[in-house]
Amino acid sequence: MSDDLDELKAALSAATPAPDAAKKAADIALARKNFAELQESRSGARHTSERPKTGFFRGVKNMIAGLNMRGALAASTALVALGLVVVLPLGELGPRFYGGSDWQTIERETQVSERESVLPELEERVPSLRSESLAVDEFVTAEQAGTAQSVLQGGGLYSTNNEAAKRSLSDRSRMSGQLAAEPLILAPAPDQVVILPESNTETFPDADANPLKVTAEEPVSTFSIDVDTASYAVVRSSLTAGQLPPKEAVRVEEMVNYFTYDYAAPEAGGAPFRPTVSVTDTPWNSNTQLVHIAIQGEKPAIEDRPPLNLVFLIDTSGSMNAPNKLPLLKLSLSLMLPQLTDQDQVAIVTYAGSAGQVLEPTQATERETILAALDRLHAGGGTAGQAGLQQAYAVADGMAEDGEVTRVILATDGDFNVGLSDPEALKDFIEDKRETGTYLSVMGFGRGNLDDATMQALAQNGNGQASYIDTLSEAQKVMVDQVSGALFPIANDVKIQVEFNPAQIAEYRLIGYETRTLRREDFNNDRVDAGDIGAGHQITALYEVTPVGSPARQTDPLRYGEQTVVSTEGELGFLKLRYKKPGAETSELIEMPIVEDGPLGSDARFATAMAGFAQLLRGETYLGEWSYAEAITLANAARGEDPFGYRAEAVQLMRLAQSLKR
Amino acid sequence: MRMEVSDESLAKAATAGDENAFSTLLERHYNGVFRLAFRLTGARAEAEDLTQDVCAALPAKLSGFRAEARFTTWLWRVVVNAAHDRRRRAATRVKHAEGWGDWEVARRAADKETEEAVDWLTQSMRALHEDLRDTLALVLDDVSHADAAKILGVSPGTVSWRISEAKKHLRALREKEDQL
Repeated sequence: MSDDLDELKAALSAATPAPDAAKKAADIALARKNFAELQESRSGARHTSERPKTGFFRGVKNMIAGLNMRGALAASTALVALGLVVVLPLGELGPRFYGGSDWQTIERETQVSERESVLPELEERVPSLRSESLAVDEFVTAEQAGTAQSVLQGGGLYSTNNEAAKRSLSDRSRMSGQLAAEPLILAPAPDQVVILPESNTETFPDADANPLKVTAEEPVSTFSIDVDTASYAVVRSSLTAGQLPPKEAVRVEEMVNYFTYDYAAPEAGGAPFRPTVSVTDTPWNSNTQLVHIAIQGEKPAIEDRPPLNLVFLIDTSGSMNAPNKLPLLKLSLSLMLPQLTDQDQVAIVTYAGSAGQVLEPTQATERETILAALDRLHAGGGTAGQAGLQQAYAVADGMAEDGEVTRVILATDGDFNVGLSDPEALKDFIEDKRETGTYLSVMGFGRGNLDDATMQALAQNGNGQASYIDTLSEAQKVMVDQVSGALFPIANDVKIQVEFNPAQIAEYRLIGYETRTLRREDFNNDRVDAGDIGAGHQITALYEVTPVGSPARQTDPLRYGEQTVVSTEGELGFLKLRYKKPGAETSELIEMPIVEDGPLGSDARFATAMAGFAQLLRGETYLGEWSYAEAITLANAARGEDPFGYRAEAVQLMRLAQSLKR
Repeated sequence: MRMEVSDESLAKAATAGDENAFSTLLERHYNGVFRLAFRLTGARAEAEDLTQDVCAALPAKLSGFRAEARFTTWLWRVVVNAAHDRRRRAATRVKHAEGWGDWEVARRAADKETEEAVDWLTQSMRALHEDLRDTLALVLDDVSHADAAKILGVSPGTVSWRISEAKKHLRALREKEDQL
């Protein structure tokens, strides 16, 4: 049946003639004339858009537009049509036209009038925008002559992505004073592109806090470990910029795992990591307890490590030009090079902007060659649509040999135009490559366009680590201190499952790991992917538990609930861990009971302070009256040795958040 | 990232008096309007006249555009209505021309010539009843059944029925032609 129609359609398409160009031009000119006349008859009554819709200035502009668009014939027709109306409003133009400070007038109006009426005003001033398709950056270029403020206000208006635009608009109006003071960043001379300081199109995964669970109903909690630390750095960059971070940007587990703790190291010859479980009082609720699960990965001797192949896939889009992006990336890489040996190889592939392989696989000890290649990197130009990711993986495949560790490290400020535009295809591609042993880590730079959600997703699918680099010291931490951990996996697909004892625990709540929860049955399913532990990694997970009979209990016990009598006295629950040795197909199981324990070391108490801080930033309701002041006191008391000053910095951030909250 | 301004926001800007937005919008859809006009009328000259009618009336019509509809859906309805108007006027003309038999015969002969220029399918479409032709023209223009129903102001079921009717007619026409 549909064949008939398809055939008809094809034949009809062939039969349909193209419109005659001259006729088309004449028709459009007619329509424009009618349009202009219509506006003319209205403009007397309406003063909302303030400026007369026709006039000498516009007439000339239309003529030029006409010349560009439809050739001389059309233009002359249009001009004749417009010529009729040009004469009329000249008288009214008066001071505005001759005063020469039209811009200021518009600006005052812009501020007073509603956004809707701003729209046509801005459009009027940007004739080049009205081409078939319109790029936001073109808009900025065209607006170069205008004032910074009008650029800022206009920035969001054309975006069809309304949510983001609205947010950026309101953000902007909130901190317009601050932004106005910020310098515009100028691109290299040839194209003279003005880049907005921050066009806020950041996205973060939107995950609600894990809800309170009733042990009798749902005694088992399952999640995948998370070794990312990006959230802490995002929070820091927000707070030091004088803003509370967006709620969704705060992930409790990443805030906690950012720090190193003195957890017990695994025994030689045993499992590659060691879990430690302790139970302590909850700082923010005297009637509940915290179950503190700590995992310490083993640290293989650095000289034993396998050769490393690193492919840096670097975003060189125009927006990477800010000092805290590409230059910071270059510095970070040069910090890392001394950590590598002559067995290791480095290659660099770029995407967006200057595309392609800029450094062939090179021995890591040839620092001059690598640094010279880094220096040649420069951001600029549009996206080249190069299949950057595929190329990076192809280079990585070429470098990989048995017994070596190969990594692709994607460095970007949020432009994931890596050659595969379909997110699902991208995910599949990375997953596919993960099976071949090449993992993907993501490093985020700069704020404003940071696609935290995609970063997370890519790193999770690529078995890598997502980190966010905002300062040189963060680069130091991520690239140097932890490079060995992030790059050498010691255990894959690590899952945690905790079964709580309903005889002891009435309610429980997993703090953080919202984006990492797994289904109960996934725990024993080796095909379900989970987070990886690298050499020396530390992971902390916290449960807030309400003992049976505690006044803090939020749900009433069931009258007819079946109470299982368990002989295992004193056990709050049972911890199960599954992991795979690198390259192994089947998982191994570690089990241990959770029992009440002595007090936590100061180190672990610092983790609880960070968990509390993160929950305060998320505005969670479980904390009651507990506030930043208490978090600061707790963190200060638990600061310990703090050789690198990371914890002191965290306390500083708490103070900033405290003062911003007021 | 390149993003195109949507038809709807252009239409909104045009309603507010933005001439450039109006031009962009019209330039974007002129070819579509002409294509649909051709399929509705089946002849180039008529299609051109119809398109001109639409263009001339569009500025005034635009104030009737409500943002809840897709702009193209609205625009196709304008075109279809304009086509109906033309047919009504033509019918009146024919009535008034009664008695002017020769004139009418001459006009039809001229139409015949035009028809021979286009291929049999277009002719077949002209042979269809107006309702069927309108529906088919829209659906073959990649308009969904639901949108076509909106444009024509009928139920989606009617659209489906008309399509199958049209198919039947076309098949019959074709069989007849194959026998010749």
